[in-house]
Amino acid sequence: MSQNSLRVVWVYPDLLSTYGDQGNVLVLERRAHQRRLDVQRLDVRSDQQIPTSGDIYLIGGGEDRPQRLAAERLRRDGGLNRAVANGAIVFSVCAGYQILGHEFINDLGQREQGLGLLDVVSTRGEGERCVGDVLGDIDPQLGLPPLTGFENHQGVTHLGPSARPFARVRFGNGNGTGDGTEGAFNETVFGTYMHGPVMARNPHIADLLLKLALDVNALPPVDDRWYDALRNERIAAATQPA
Amino acid sequence: MAGNSGPLSARAKLAVTAGKAAAAVSRAAGRGSGSVIGGKVALKLDPDLLARLATHLDVVLVSATNGKTTTTRLIAEALRASGPVVSNALGANMPAGITSALAGGSDARFGVIEVDEKYLAMVARDVSPKAIALLNLSRDQLDRAAETRMLAEKWREGLAGSKAVIIANADDPLIVWAASSSPNVVWVAAGQEWKDDAWSCPSCGGVMQRPGDDWFCGECGFRRPTPSWALSGDYVLDPHGSAWPIHLQLPGRANKANATSSAAVAATFGVPPQVALERMYQVQAVAGRYDVVTFMNRELRLLLAKNPAGWLETFSLIDGPPAPVLLSVNARGADGTDTSWLWDVDYTRLAGHPIFVIGDRKLDLAVRLEVAGLDFRVCESVDEAVQSAPPGRIEVIANYTAFQDLRRRVGN
Repeated sequence: MSQNSLRVVWVYPDLLSTYGDQGNVLVLERRAHQRRLDVQRLDVRSDQQIPTSGDIYLIGGGEDRPQRLAAERLRRDGGLNRAVANGAIVFSVCAGYQILGHEFINDLGQREQGLGLLDVVSTRGEGERCVGDVLGDIDPQLGLPPLTGFENHQGVTHLGPSARPFARVRFGNGNGTGDGTEGAFNETVFGTYMHGPVMARNPHIADLLLKLALDVNALPPVDDRWYDALRNERIAAATQPA
Repeated sequence: MAGNSGPLSARAKLAVTAGKAAAAVSRAAGRGSGSVIGGKVALKLDPDLLARLATHLDVVLVSATNGKTTTTRLIAEALRASGPVVSNALGANMPAGITSALAGGSDARFGVIEVDEKYLAMVARDVSPKAIALLNLSRDQLDRAAETRMLAEKWREGLAGSKAVIIANADDPLIVWAASSSPNVVWVAAGQEWKDDAWSCPSCGGVMQRPGDDWFCGECGFRRPTPSWALSGDYVLDPHGSAWPIHLQLPGRANKANATSSAAVAATFGVPPQVALERMYQVQAVAGRYDVVTFMNRELRLLLAKNPAGWLETFSLIDGPPAPVLLSVNARGADGTDTSWLWDVDYTRLAGHPIFVIGDRKLDLAVRLEVAGLDFRVCESVDEAVQSAPPGRIEVIANYTAFQDLRRRVGN
């Protein structure tokens, strides 16, 4: 942690906050406050500079044109790459996840360069759009309970050798490559296709980011009653598709 | 051409008759009003039926993400000052439902038609409307709907050659983008609280600047047009600068905006704003929305809110604390199956209200409210929620199928 309060940066809400993913920011803030941590939330619009001193950067999903605009502006800005070089944590969803890779297919059907923060390449799926509830198992290295979320994407993301799959799906598509992988991560950079928002469905992911940022192994427990009830319901729903 | 109803062809007559028969069967089988099945049968027999039915009418189309059913009602009420109106008043807003509604109004002069956003360009081509009212566009059911800006783009392409007068909201950049390809636009400053789908310029992608009520793109110069009509507090300002008081039974700023757009539409058909606005007072509840019902000896006001922009407008019209609030959310096909949008709604606006939560997705709402730091109670049924609520009229806010469920239970 770079100073007394935890700095959480919400990247480009004007472009990448279309699918409720700002819920991740809200859950992270809430769970930090419940642990009496001081949080400073910075919403950075795409005509502003990305600060390099953040502890946790969150990026959400967006529509195809805003995704291209966000990639162009993030490349030009360079701040996110510098922040990661400084050890910052990044958690990204859907369009944001694709932007963190080497490249993706933009709204004009062309290959668009990403930020290269994750060793992944995204293409456009030929089949039906992946839409629906997902259930998966998160990489055991991260020590988290099963993943539940909602996916809604046409993109397919292929992992390179230095990215590990964030999860393996039991139900749903995830990366859409047919190999059962969902999302990707390396030391401090994470990507997933899961909405829901994913941290509302999986508050332990928010806790994981807090622990990484604080460099601690455990956090005081909080009341997870409603999260648990929602998780149980959605996990059951994913196993019985309509 | 209004009222000058040339006879329908034998084929069209047969199609209308067959459609009515199918609707009657559907009603008899207890499967709803039958308007959609009736329209489907009729359109199959005569694919040009919609166009043919419309040639006898002066048609107004109404489309938007929010407020189209209510505005259709307000316009229909206003135009009745000048002649009989046929309208799809119950919200069956796709081609089959529209066909069915028009088939029921052979002696009408005006057709006031609500159109689903996806079908606007197509219906506008078929029915050659005299006027089209475009109210607002925002995120809605993104698991199955087109992207919001893409929708604006499709409207823009579809309306480019239209001869209709477009009555469009100058305060919504996506609406302005959609309408500004048309040669004949009447701009209405109708306002829009929700701004989060138009931070990037629909024309060039630049970041939109929004000082006060104004907006413009600093990069390409795309900007808010000068409106000729405006909503100003409780008044409609007409193009001559006269202020006309709005008296509505319907609550909220959004309905004043709908009334303003409706007055502008009425004026294009020669109905003066004073007459139009007086007539709009008749409208009490629209397909159960805004209705106050008594259930288990308690007063409930039923409010429909289907997406973040709709919830935002609804929060601004409910009674203040300590009025109890009952929230119900489903995620069935017609609602959109992804509940993530709940996180784009600012529920901290409900602070101080006793909150009760029901519906298929009450647990999603529970987590949402917990994270907003609000007190709430999750209930199994509307009965349990009403029994638990402290005194006062209960404000009931529900999304689409949750609203239908509620209406059935409370007997509205």
